[in-house]
Amino acid sequence: MSFAVIMKRELYGYFATPIAYVFIAIFLVLSGVFTFYLGNFYERQQADLIPFFNFHPWLYLFLIPAISMRLWSEERKSGTLELLMTLPLSRSAIVLGKFLAAWVFAGIALALTFPIWMTVNYLGDPDNGVIVASYLGSWMMAGGFLAIGSCMSALTKSQVIAFVLCSFVSLLFVMAGFPLVLDLVRGWLPLALIDMVASLSFLTHFTAVSRGVFSLQDFLYFISVIVVWLAATSIVLDMKKGA
Amino acid sequence: MVYHGPAKLVVETDIGTGIREVDGFMIEVSHLTKYYGDFAAVKNLTFKLVPGEILGFLGPNGAGKSTTMKMVTGFLRPSSGEVRIWGSDVWQDGLTAQRHIGYLPEGAPAYEEMTPLGFLEFIADARGLTGVERANRMEETIDVMSLQDVLGQRIETLSKGFKRRVGLAQAILHDPDVLILDEPTDGLDPNQKHQVREMIKGLSRDKIVIVSTHILEEVTAVCNRAMVLAKGQIVSDGTPRSLMEMSPYHGAVTLKSSSASLTEIAEAAGSIMGVEETVITEGGVTIVPGEFDTTLFTKVLDLARSKGWTVDSLYVESGRLDDVFRSLTEGELQGEVQGEVQGEVR
Repeated sequence: MSFAVIMKRELYGYFATPIAYVFIAIFLVLSGVFTFYLGNFYERQQADLIPFFNFHPWLYLFLIPAISMRLWSEERKSGTLELLMTLPLSRSAIVLGKFLAAWVFAGIALALTFPIWMTVNYLGDPDNGVIVASYLGSWMMAGGFLAIGSCMSALTKSQVIAFVLCSFVSLLFVMAGFPLVLDLVRGWLPLALIDMVASLSFLTHFTAVSRGVFSLQDFLYFISVIVVWLAATSIVLDMKKGA
Repeated sequence: MVYHGPAKLVVETDIGTGIREVDGFMIEVSHLTKYYGDFAAVKNLTFKLVPGEILGFLGPNGAGKSTTMKMVTGFLRPSSGEVRIWGSDVWQDGLTAQRHIGYLPEGAPAYEEMTPLGFLEFIADARGLTGVERANRMEETIDVMSLQDVLGQRIETLSKGFKRRVGLAQAILHDPDVLILDEPTDGLDPNQKHQVREMIKGLSRDKIVIVSTHILEEVTAVCNRAMVLAKGQIVSDGTPRSLMEMSPYHGAVTLKSSSASLTEIAEAAGSIMGVEETVITEGGVTIVPGEFDTTLFTKVLDLARSKGWTVDSLYVESGRLDDVFRSLTEGELQGEVQGEVQGEVR
């Protein structure tokens, strides 16, 4: 269980620095602002959390890279990567441990939005099953963003570059089902591949989720995004060793 | 060569150093080469280290010392060549090789937000130390590195000396067979340097230690083997003594007398048979022999007696490492020495 060793240290790292507290505070404030002001939570007069969850892809788009940018860049810059990679721990254990710690951390931030769930229960009579499914879906999506960010962070020792790259690649994934991305590929890719690109959209999968329809398909989609990007992280780290 | 079964008998005894070579228990570096683009950082390094050897890696900045260490520890992949530790290839079977190694990377990196205690606990977890062994190793390491007083303080708030000691502590925590230290005394004050050297010397005789440094006296103080790298190649490999013997000042005699002027001494000494050069310094006249001559001391003493000089001080130099270092790494001696070394690659 060597990944647990890494995970423990990483989680310790989040809470030993202001990162955790700043991140959680900003996340909570922004998710509140988005829900109540942009999402018209009250005006809709409906007892559900759709306006809350609808904004999560956009919130994650710039908040998740803030967590993931340091995953490898910081260690490469400070030299601790050399220490870490020469410990008798497998690469996959290190990659997985770091990712899981970041994912658990994102989960903690997400869980701390519970007052909004209490609010909606106080105000009305929502379908709590839907809300639980949406929370789960949102967390899965955060995992997808984090896995992308992990790979981007492995590419560079600059956290700023890691942040920008992660936001950009994440944006492509979020928007994959929309003209913004599809127009780029429509001219030259066969239709089957265009459909495939469209099906990679975080938004398409998450829209269903935020309405409480969390199918196995969406679940598997996010899991595969995570697995693929973590594998890519491992490959990038390996390439950097030879550089 | 993969090591199976118990240790075989001693196969070779180097009488000079008393170092035993036991089959399989060693580091073998063969034809290790590293290119960064077109730049060859390390070129075709081949050497073998056996338990008991404390190798000092010398060389100017950029000579390839750190790159070599990074490859030996499995952090960097060699462009070609291989490293075997206790028979395990660092690239094919990295985890097995890495269990044998304790490594202090350049600059002693550590997770700065942690405390030394938390950091060492993490290393102990990663090294799989448990139970009584873990408790003993933690206690011993903290004791050897004198970290008791700072255990609960964040590493980022520690002085450079303490940071370095935390780095050393994580390297020796699991009592490794192979200790690789990249500039372990860099940035330490003289007392701390002394402590670290004592620690390295105090390691048991069945370990292999590689220490990189550009502090020359460190090599004579700590190591029983010295290897000089320049431009990614070995330019000298031998005992620290043999390195000193390359110095033109090896065996030179310095005389100081209050009754004779320096030029007078220099002139008279210059006529002694076999003397190549006389150098006048503040400390007296250094009489440099053309070739090492054990009788030079007596000759100079006789000269002083016959001239009736009062001798304030008279001593034989064992050699000036910085001269050797400079001539080796700046290329003067390079051709000559390489020829010599190739003949006796171990």
